[in-house]
Amino acid sequence: MDERCAKIWQVLDEVMDPEVPVISVVDLGIVRDVATMEGEDGGLEVIITPTYSGCPATLQIENDIRQALDEAGFVDVGLKTQLAPAWTSDWMSEKGRQALKDFGIAPPVGKVSKRALFGLETPVPCPHCDSDDTSLISEFGSTACKALWKCNSCSEPFDYFKCI
Amino acid sequence: MNKDNVSAVITTALRFGDNAMVLGQRISDWVSRSPTIELDIGFANQGLDLIGQANLFYELAGRLEGKGRSADDLAFLRGAEEYYNLQLVEQPNGDFARTVMRQVFYATYAELVFDQMVKGKQEDLAAIAAKGQKEMAYHVRHAGEWVVRLGDGTDESHERCQQALDYLWPYRHEMFAYDGVDDEMVGLGVLPEAETLKAQWMESLGNIIERATLTVNDSNWQPGGGRDGVHSEHLSYLLEEMQVLPRSHRGAQW
Repeated sequence: MDERCAKIWQVLDEVMDPEVPVISVVDLGIVRDVATMEGEDGGLEVIITPTYSGCPATLQIENDIRQALDEAGFVDVGLKTQLAPAWTSDWMSEKGRQALKDFGIAPPVGKVSKRALFGLETPVPCPHCDSDDTSLISEFGSTACKALWKCNSCSEPFDYFKCI
Repeated sequence: MNKDNVSAVITTALRFGDNAMVLGQRISDWVSRSPTIELDIGFANQGLDLIGQANLFYELAGRLEGKGRSADDLAFLRGAEEYYNLQLVEQPNGDFARTVMRQVFYATYAELVFDQMVKGKQEDLAAIAAKGQKEMAYHVRHAGEWVVRLGDGTDESHERCQQALDYLWPYRHEMFAYDGVDDEMVGLGVLPEAETLKAQWMESLGNIIERATLTVNDSNWQPGGGRDGVHSEHLSYLLEEMQVLPRSHRGAQW
């Protein structure tokens, strides 16, 4: 069973986020668990959680995961969406953060707290030149999970993966 | 949650689902006509947050109701008298000032409610609120900054912001006018006490209004009844546009 679980995690790690195709659904923290189904005899299920209530990629992600599981021969493995606990950018892996940065998207800065949402902006380093001299253009960027920033040193605009 | 509470939970889920659906529909109207492209994107994303929340509340209401109604059925096949949103959120967009003011009014309210709902004894509502509270916090910040910038801006932007505040101010009453359903939810720890909610909302709005150099001009008018299905004329026009396709072509898929 452990071996089967490990193989499933491997398959999931190949499923990329449809809107940010350099980060896998595992590194993004969307896959919460691969666990034994309740009330079933030994069947496994993959438990996922959406990032935002209205994230339009949610259905696409479910379909992509389902397809990847089926293609790898895990047709009998279930897929369950779970809302609580709510997704947080803290769940993004180090590998995922690095992949975002290499792609030109600034990864979430720091840990989530009430202050991070309301207090003074923590500097968001530019993913291109690493300068801390950056400024916010818009709280909302190309997708719900991103904000739009610009670098005052290299003049490049960039997406920032919001810390929530 | 015992059996007696189920109907109150359904009503609460519908009320907050309807608030989110109607406001999400309203602000989506700004897409392609916002003052700047960043605001266009901002409104689109806020609309998505709200319609996503509505979907989750509707799925819960439909499941608890047990009559086989889907989230789409609840969104598209109920008339205005079966919608239980605050009259605040159905008010027309007006100019940009009124839209951001309405957003501050509602997002502040929803964030305060969700902050309590996550701690409540109804775990499905708590799970939806846990996502919603983070989203609404962003809406408060985004719209709040615009109210301050416009209120404390040029003579024209100040004047328009003041008009928006005057227009919307009476609609706050309905947020704090609790009924038996709300009292049940307070008992389950799902909703904050009306007085607490009102005090916190007034404090938050008071701060923003002061920073925006605006003045509260109170009147005795207290519109209400939206949460029981009594609405201003504006809601039926909004629903008509939103529902025409699924009503004309029942069960159509694309």
